[in-house]
Amino acid sequence: MTNQPLLEVRDLQTVFELDEGTVRAVDGVSFNVYPGRVLGIVGESGCGKSVTIKSVLRLIEEPGRIANGAIRFRSKILGNSSAEMVDLVQLPAKSAQLRALRGNEIALIPQEPMAAFSPVHTIGNQLMEVIQLHQPVSDGEAKKIAVNRLKEVGVPNPESAIDRYSWELSGGLRQRAMIGMALTCDPLLLIADEPTTAIDVTTQAQVLSLLRKLQQEHQTSIIFITHDLGVIAQLADDVVVMYLGKVMESGPVDQIFHNPQHPYTRALLRSIPTVYTKNRSRLPTISGSIPHPFQKRTGCPFVARCQEALPEQRCANQAPALKAINEHQSVSCFLHGEEVNVS
Amino acid sequence: MSAEPTQSTLTNNALISPERLLDVKELKKYFPIRKGVFKSVVGQVRSVDGVTFHLNQGETLGLVGESGCGKTTTSRCLLRAINPTSGEIRYRQADGQLVDVTQLASDQLRPVRREMQMIFQDPFASLNPRMNLLDLVGEPLLVNGVANRKERSDRVADLLRLVGLRPEYMRRFPHAFSGGQRQRIVIARALALNPRLVVADEPVSALDVSVQAQVLNLLLDLQEQLKLTYLFVAHDLSVVRHISDRVAVMYVGRIVEMSPTDELFLAPKHPYTAALLSAVPVADPRIRSKMQPLEGDVPSPSNPPNGCHFHPRCPFATELCRQQAPDLEEVQPNHFVACHRQAELKLSGVSEPT
Repeated sequence: MTNQPLLEVRDLQTVFELDEGTVRAVDGVSFNVYPGRVLGIVGESGCGKSVTIKSVLRLIEEPGRIANGAIRFRSKILGNSSAEMVDLVQLPAKSAQLRALRGNEIALIPQEPMAAFSPVHTIGNQLMEVIQLHQPVSDGEAKKIAVNRLKEVGVPNPESAIDRYSWELSGGLRQRAMIGMALTCDPLLLIADEPTTAIDVTTQAQVLSLLRKLQQEHQTSIIFITHDLGVIAQLADDVVVMYLGKVMESGPVDQIFHNPQHPYTRALLRSIPTVYTKNRSRLPTISGSIPHPFQKRTGCPFVARCQEALPEQRCANQAPALKAINEHQSVSCFLHGEEVNVS
Repeated sequence: MSAEPTQSTLTNNALISPERLLDVKELKKYFPIRKGVFKSVVGQVRSVDGVTFHLNQGETLGLVGESGCGKTTTSRCLLRAINPTSGEIRYRQADGQLVDVTQLASDQLRPVRREMQMIFQDPFASLNPRMNLLDLVGEPLLVNGVANRKERSDRVADLLRLVGLRPEYMRRFPHAFSGGQRQRIVIARALALNPRLVVADEPVSALDVSVQAQVLNLLLDLQEQLKLTYLFVAHDLSVVRHISDRVAVMYVGRIVEMSPTDELFLAPKHPYTAALLSAVPVADPRIRSKMQPLEGDVPSPSNPPNGCHFHPRCPFATELCRQQAPDLEEVQPNHFVACHRQAELKLSGVSEPT
């Protein structure tokens, strides 16, 4: 990981100002995405993982806004040289630069392909639209590219599939077509937002192995959002664990699963049911539930449910910062501060 | 786990072992496909196509399968939430009498339904937002004749305590509760009438991981405390492994394999079960190579393939599989498989991590 990051997110804060109060959906998130690597962002509902990637795509709408932070992207079309990074936060919201970037250098695979495809346009028309938006090609050429993309993602008979509508395809095929659409312009960064949550387990296995194959062939960087730790373990190189808008822990996938340092990561890993346990065994649980987003918080967001919280209300009064504990792994927890003895 | 003698060809009520709470035979549910001005029936969706299984008292049977395999339709037929097309559902009432649920008239059905309850998937959709907890959990009591308000609120308080909620919350409305707490409310409501059979349709799939474990543990505790029998419908194999004594795997309207849980996971005998197990993403980055995804898609139950429904996707299919559907046969005590080649195939299940 000595090479330079493709995407640098620094201290990102995205807030939603509602009548009931301000929701800090993303509250100081930092991470890097390196070329050719898969970053998995894992967390439960409300942890801010989807808002984070929407911020990266600059798709946050009113009443939400990016309040602070930087999203630096090494763009080929916007940067003057390959060493320069463009801060996406500084670009105007509906600027031509952003539109040139989205779908081209940064592409998205949404969660629900049924909702993402237009039901009144054929798959082919929708793929060709993306191609012609970013490349000066004729209809015939665009169609050829679209057919090739569908072939690449394993859609059978792509020549005829291209004239069909999204609702004529099965869930798995629809998701394949969506992946094909995301890849049409050879993006540098592919963002996949829970791409397998809505589909069955055998289809999920197909989609995951397809993503892995394509990632290796194209050396695309991927940000993969999911709540499923199994999927993260199978696909990611690096992992960011989020809870209530903050990064709890980040590091290489092997470290996160085999040497987790944050109490939340540890508790999460313990509490997932696996196919390896004996039947009728009790799972270790995380007590309580995820606090309501309007609730005012000071201190560590996990403190109320943490079994390892420090005495004298330290964790409740003060928020720990994300700190590197070794070359690759970072943790935001006072258990890993210099001034505290970890026994 | 009960090691009961196996009797697979029962027709007479008297022969059904007293441990059996429910005995389902050749259950079918077809939905008509209508087309045209006169709505003539042009086809059938064979959602449930001849399903046979039983439930012993106090056990949990996990019913797994992918979407569209008929697992939810099966579970709804058991309570006559929808009327099955054909088949028998014999239920042993508290007094030991067997009744065929499919034959009951609506007034006879009511006392039987008191003993069978359902927990639904989405706790955000299954609770009326305008009713407070007292009304929600107390409604089944009211409907079944507990008219005294004090009596009802005492019982609701007991039920809330049972599922780990504070009785003080009785006057609050569902919006004040998180997903996990709502599912507890749904469970309390299902338990209000002291049921004997609880049909849980994907009860934890809408919950976050950290809350899912709490609800699973609660269901296990309640089962032991109240001697409940569960039919646990789920698509998540790891959840099913945790909670079930036995597991039945469905594929396009039919049960393809049914056996004690550990046996099914460690030594599956149907190629579909093995494929399903290998498709579960393992939460360990060091075990990555194993994913061999199954080709193709689940066929539509309105137009299933001939013979064994799994043959177009099965790596072991032969001519026989293409032509003739295999019967669900008991190949080992308590282990039922519907596969022509089960005896010769060596399939691997999940291997325990070292």
